[in-house]
Amino acid sequence: MPEATSIALAPPGMLRAAWLVARKDLAIEFRTRTAFFSALVFALLGLTIFYFAWDSTAVAAIDLAPGVLWVIFTFSGLLGLQRSFSVEQADRAMDALLAAPVERESIYLGKALANLLFVSGVQAITLPALALLYNVPLSHVALPLAGLALLAAIGLVAVGTLFSSMAVNTRLAELLLPMLSLPFFLPIVMAASGTTARLLAGRPVSEAWPWLRILIAFDLVFIVACTLAFPYTVEE
Amino acid sequence: MLQVRESVVEAEGLVRSFGGRRAVDGIGFTLDAGECLAIFGPNGAGKTTLLRLLAGLLAPTAGSCRVGQVDVRRGHAGRAQVGLVSHASMLYASLTARENLEFGASLYGVADPRGAAVQALAAMQVLDRADTPVRSLSRGLQQRVSIARAIVHGPRLLLCDEPYTGLDEIGSAALTSALAERRAAGAAMVVVTHNLVEGLALATHVAIMRGGRFARFERRAEVDASAYASEYRELVTLDA
Repeated sequence: MPEATSIALAPPGMLRAAWLVARKDLAIEFRTRTAFFSALVFALLGLTIFYFAWDSTAVAAIDLAPGVLWVIFTFSGLLGLQRSFSVEQADRAMDALLAAPVERESIYLGKALANLLFVSGVQAITLPALALLYNVPLSHVALPLAGLALLAAIGLVAVGTLFSSMAVNTRLAELLLPMLSLPFFLPIVMAASGTTARLLAGRPVSEAWPWLRILIAFDLVFIVACTLAFPYTVEE
Repeated sequence: MLQVRESVVEAEGLVRSFGGRRAVDGIGFTLDAGECLAIFGPNGAGKTTLLRLLAGLLAPTAGSCRVGQVDVRRGHAGRAQVGLVSHASMLYASLTARENLEFGASLYGVADPRGAAVQALAAMQVLDRADTPVRSLSRGLQQRVSIARAIVHGPRLLLCDEPYTGLDEIGSAALTSALAERRAAGAAMVVVTHNLVEGLALATHVAIMRGGRFARFERRAEVDASAYASEYRELVTLDA
């Protein structure tokens, strides 16, 4: 057993601690796969339901797809965000995190990083499924679309991770998280679906630049604001 | 040559209010290396809140707690020296015992997290279940892993809330031995318990907490163990 007075501790810096938290969250998700599969099944079912509700003679697939895609990404993302802090609540593991000699901001950044990988994973499977089901060619816009999905996912998890930490201690966590998050997700969904529509229509990326600027600004503002706000949400 | 004794923990005028209610109301004490304070008290006396203040999990409304001369609420150096055993296991059920400890050791900056995890699990005699997911362990074994997690970084101050709860004979013996090793290594301890016999056996100082305050605080050597139980009951029933 380590000596109390002689053990040399070098607590990790903010980014290293964030990576440790993210790696732990991903290991838990890898073991259980509950949140990922729930979100994925939700996304695929959503695509299918929209498909059967779609009148292809009235609306072209290329017009429908952007809206369907971002509605599904938003709601499936919420499933993962919901779980982000509930794993810390089960046996009060959050106390051990807060008692550790790391910046509280690093806990937020770690959680957000794990959520980003989670949401991106769901997106990576859902996008080809959309292409297949709706017969929308994506190969020519795969790269810009992947970049757009990443930008939007950063915004979603930046806001959603913070609200997840706030909602988890309440009795109505499942309801509160969407209620708090969705109004903030609106600019992301508008910008992302607007850009997706232009990309699918074969327009140049430069035409979507105003939307992309909104997304980038949103990401930067909310990453900073939510990182700074997080320590106050976990203070009793 | 004059030898200066360095206090491991110094609590000064600790107050914590929730709304208008003072859960902890002006607690102060000092413990040197190797000393152990056992705190007894009825439910709702403020014992757990006091432990959370000492661990830096709660901000005090007034007063301060220093571990190794560092305020636990300011900077990391204070928190790095504290280990906490709580009512809850504070473990991740999907991860194995070893993974839980390695994660904890990494957050504290232990140079060899894997080695430290193995040592701490061995100290609690649960090394043979190191690669079992925590959810598959019995409550008693989870408690042993939880204690191993609390000592994996070699804390100078160990805070234990009912540490013997759920432990069988082997687990209790392993815990007693681990606590003795910690103290021999220079750690101080604060143990909250309802079990007077256990508490008196461990402690160098004893306190009875009531209404957020220490109704009694004395050195163990000054206490008559045979009379303590009846004195405790008498003091506690004053509230009833």
